[in-house]
Amino acid sequence: MDFLRDPIGFVIQWYVFWLGGLGLPAVWVELIAQLTGALVLATGAMLFVVFLIWYERKLIGRIQDRFGPNRVGPWGIFQPVADMLKIFTKEYITPIGADKITYNLAPILAVAAVLLLWSVLPLSVTVVGADLNVGLLFLIAVGGLGEMSYILAGWGSNNKYALLGAFRLVAQLISYEVPLVLSALVPVMLAGTLSVTGIVQAQEDVWFIVAAPAAALIFFIASLAEIGRSPFDLIEAESELVAGYNIEYSGLKFGMFFVAEFLHAFTVSLIFATVFLGGWRGPGAEQIPILGFVYLMLKTFVVYFVTILFRGTLPRFRIDQMMNLNWKVLTPLSLALIMAMAVVGGLTRGLPLFWQVLAYLLVNLLLLAVTDQLMRINQRKRARFNLAMEMGRGILTTSTKHGTGE
Amino acid sequence: MNGLQVVFLLAALVSLFSAVMVVSARRMMHAALWLVLTLMGVAVIFVTLQSSFFAVVQILVYVGAIAILIIFSVMLTRRVMEDHGDQILPGWRAAALVAVLVFAVLVGFLALWQGFTTLLVELPSDSDNLLELGKALVSPQGYVLPFELASVLLVAALIGATTIAVDRKEEQSR
Repeated sequence: MDFLRDPIGFVIQWYVFWLGGLGLPAVWVELIAQLTGALVLATGAMLFVVFLIWYERKLIGRIQDRFGPNRVGPWGIFQPVADMLKIFTKEYITPIGADKITYNLAPILAVAAVLLLWSVLPLSVTVVGADLNVGLLFLIAVGGLGEMSYILAGWGSNNKYALLGAFRLVAQLISYEVPLVLSALVPVMLAGTLSVTGIVQAQEDVWFIVAAPAAALIFFIASLAEIGRSPFDLIEAESELVAGYNIEYSGLKFGMFFVAEFLHAFTVSLIFATVFLGGWRGPGAEQIPILGFVYLMLKTFVVYFVTILFRGTLPRFRIDQMMNLNWKVLTPLSLALIMAMAVVGGLTRGLPLFWQVLAYLLVNLLLLAVTDQLMRINQRKRARFNLAMEMGRGILTTSTKHGTGE
Repeated sequence: MNGLQVVFLLAALVSLFSAVMVVSARRMMHAALWLVLTLMGVAVIFVTLQSSFFAVVQILVYVGAIAILIIFSVMLTRRVMEDHGDQILPGWRAAALVAVLVFAVLVGFLALWQGFTTLLVELPSDSDNLLELGKALVSPQGYVLPFELASVLLVAALIGATTIAVDRKEEQSR
């Protein structure tokens, strides 16, 4: 019965007990158990990508009125396996003048940076890699290692398109880290802790997306930019950059970047579900931990579905539009949001939870509405300016066409 | 020697070795990458001191931001920054003497420092050291004045950088 309610926790307990029975010292038992856990989690996450690639291709196919992969296995579900086998057998090409160490280190670092994110995310009540008291900061800091891998790839390849792609990507990632961190501070303020487990625990009564929808929106947009998916896929703007930072990679090394990208997209959805959608919380999740895992996966797939929907429907931003959105809209909004949330939190301290959440919600909606109005006014102003320019150009053309006597 | 000491020794050796490589690497880019490894070693040392907040901030600020900015500027000057000359200056003996003297003085002063012999305050096991740090930073008895001064300094730097970088109205083309 215990096994049915919590199979993962049961297996972990049994494994630790078995290790202890071998007569090893307690320190070694813990070390071996944790190493095994890391190995299983990393392998599981990497294998999960095989399914993610199929899911995404199938969904994008449906959005574009195609079938998607449908030849290998039922509904084409084994297509990524076939692709994987193909990519294993491909030749490794190292460009002349490439920096060997950085060139080969980059794909490994890219995957490792994403896998590290999984180490602090609680998957159910009983299954969590490490409950750090700075978990959320850790998630953001590890993102910095991913940026490092893109720089290494772009610089190590000895190719100017790769270098340009890496420049663009890193400029984008560093810029969007600012609203990402600022909006992630709002759940930290609401929960009163930086630990990811603590943030999930704090969402017992109400999910943070209800209390802080503006923060959730900023976080979602910024994390879309962090994974470099459409509409922020300037890094692989084929028409301008050929392919971006990974242009010189082939075979399994290219495959590692591919895996890192897909896994990062899913992991970001997982983080969003954990921080804003209550993580494993749901009816009966504490008594039956496996249910918590199911809830978490359901929430994550909802978020991931929206990500793919964005990818399939939205066109690409221009680079100045992307930077404008970040520095002129998201960053000021998140700064204002933090201050407003702090003030409201201080004012409503003694009130019951319902009124507190309502006050938070109203402040969020108010800020969103104000931002919307400001953007509209700005747009109208720019449209008027463009119209004036257009008319000026019209006069100019007519006068040249018909001569001065007109 | 327990496991923690082994980790500390390894991290210290790695950071020292890569710090030496930072100043002796031939290519600027490699020096910048060794610098990243040094900073990561320091982060591991923070972990062994059970100061997870500083370890994460070390990675977030130094590896995630500062090292990347350094690498950015080095990447933009790809072919210029390669050094093929002699790596030892003509006057290296005098420089070595000064370095050894300064090192000896520093070690001497550190040996006199009382911080090594002060007993550490044992935090209660249920308290969150991050919480204590946050409270110390904003409490009037703690470090609120240095904290506010540092924020004013950072804001001034931010505004200054924006003022230098901004386009003047009359210089704009349209």
